[in-house]
Amino acid sequence: MSSYFNPTIAVITVRATLGRRRAFLFAIPAVILIALTLVLRASRHGPGVLWPDRVLGDFGFSVLLPLTALIVGTGVLGAEIDDGSAIHLLATPVRRGSIVVTKFAVAAAVTMVFAAVPELLAGLLAPNSGGLAVALFIGALAGSVIYSAVFVLASVLTTRAIAFGLLYVLIWEGLLSNSIGGARILSIAHYCLGIANAIHPDQNLNAGLTLATSLILGGIVTVGALVLATRRLSTFAIQGEPA
Amino acid sequence: MSVIQMKNVSRWYGNVVAVNDITMDIGPGVTGLLGPNGAGKSTILHMIAGFLAPSKGTLTVQTASAKTVSTWQNPEIYRTLGLVPERDSVYAFLTGEEFVRSTAKLHKLPNTAAAARQAIEMTDMASAADRKISTYSKGMRQRIKVAAALVHDPEILLLDEPFNGMDPRQRIHMMELLSKLGAEGRTILFSSHILEEVERLSGTIQVMVAGRLAASGDFREIRRLMTSRPHVFNVRSSDDRRLAALLVGHPYTTAVEVTGKGLQVRTSDFGAFCAQIAVLTRDHKIALRELLPTDESLESVFGYLISSQGS
Repeated sequence: MSSYFNPTIAVITVRATLGRRRAFLFAIPAVILIALTLVLRASRHGPGVLWPDRVLGDFGFSVLLPLTALIVGTGVLGAEIDDGSAIHLLATPVRRGSIVVTKFAVAAAVTMVFAAVPELLAGLLAPNSGGLAVALFIGALAGSVIYSAVFVLASVLTTRAIAFGLLYVLIWEGLLSNSIGGARILSIAHYCLGIANAIHPDQNLNAGLTLATSLILGGIVTVGALVLATRRLSTFAIQGEPA
Repeated sequence: MSVIQMKNVSRWYGNVVAVNDITMDIGPGVTGLLGPNGAGKSTILHMIAGFLAPSKGTLTVQTASAKTVSTWQNPEIYRTLGLVPERDSVYAFLTGEEFVRSTAKLHKLPNTAAAARQAIEMTDMASAADRKISTYSKGMRQRIKVAAALVHDPEILLLDEPFNGMDPRQRIHMMELLSKLGAEGRTILFSSHILEEVERLSGTIQVMVAGRLAASGDFREIRRLMTSRPHVFNVRSSDDRRLAALLVGHPYTTAVEVTGKGLQVRTSDFGAFCAQIAVLTRDHKIALRELLPTDESLESVFGYLISSQGS
């Protein structure tokens, strides 16, 4: 995998990603999560109230992580394809797999910084949640990887990747996977919850998948998305104007 | 020396044919791809550059190492080929030097700094190389794109409307650079809808009209081959009226008009007219003072091609 990582592409991608105005969007969910945690901690709930599970599990894994991954993942390559600057990258002998893997690695790393790390910080700020914080952090790290692969693929497949991502996160993960058991096997949020719950078992996380299932499905989705994105980028065509 | 070879290449989008059955070879030197907007020029350049697959036919590049390869789904071709796209989108947050040097790194050149410096100097961008591309004018962006496309010293350079946004000084500099690159044996293909650019830079043209190759070769030769259209000459002599009467009697003369400054003669056969008028004036002891083709500009060639395609 490391032979596929291209430092030049990575530097350009990081500068492009963090230099855009929408980089501010990455921070908004993280700031909300940490602010919410601080407010709830200050409100001094009784010992029976399980708000850290709800806030860190539900908000963290259903909103913070997928939305951050969506904005970052669809932007690292999709924004360049949309504005045409990708052609300068594609008109070089760099392997298409190398471009996809490098873009994916940057997206995953940025998502980790803006979603997984805030999840850990919020967990450590919450009372009596040290074990849960670490478990959710590891789950969020895995989620950063899987979501990034899927959203990089979406950005190569369609110019409406954000709309596709929002539909997936809101309809499939937010609605269907919580009401239809079988839908969980295609829910990245449930892979993350399955990993977190295996590290720190907690009924309130509502994890529906085992660790083994989560890891295997997460691995298949990640590798499959990267392979498909590479194949798609290999046939990248400029849409010309018909005569 | 590299040669681009297209054989019966067509490209369509759904039911719309963008490029229709094009066969041509483009060799070393500067070749202009000329045609109005929507003629299929960009589609051809994108196919040659490997960013579009031909719907039909074969498109290959014969490189200096005598390898004949397809450009579609072949990133290795970019070791041989440089592309300057028309779209004005570059990594605007980079400086010119960073952009060109990054391209050199992506090509894995041994000395990226030296290669970038040389390409930037070739395009006359050294004084602005440390500025962010976001501060560049459109013409400067064009030139830094050319620098990036040249950084790996490609055998083939494709440029889509390269003079867009350039001021006259930049335009002249770019024309000189492309002429020099062509003279060095590189295969340079550029598209333009501005006749004056093509006429000044390239004697060889490929004229596209409505997706078809309307003409190919030296633009003056193309004009002469179009015998179905009249060629117009301004003629002055010692006895214009007598010469007019003599010319009317020949089949290659389609019309003669006596103007205040001499004669305007329309002929259907460029070669026969040029050869015969000399004989005619000599035999009838008329002094020929001026024989000037009036429609040799590329503008008129282009106009004739478009009207002949439409008729």
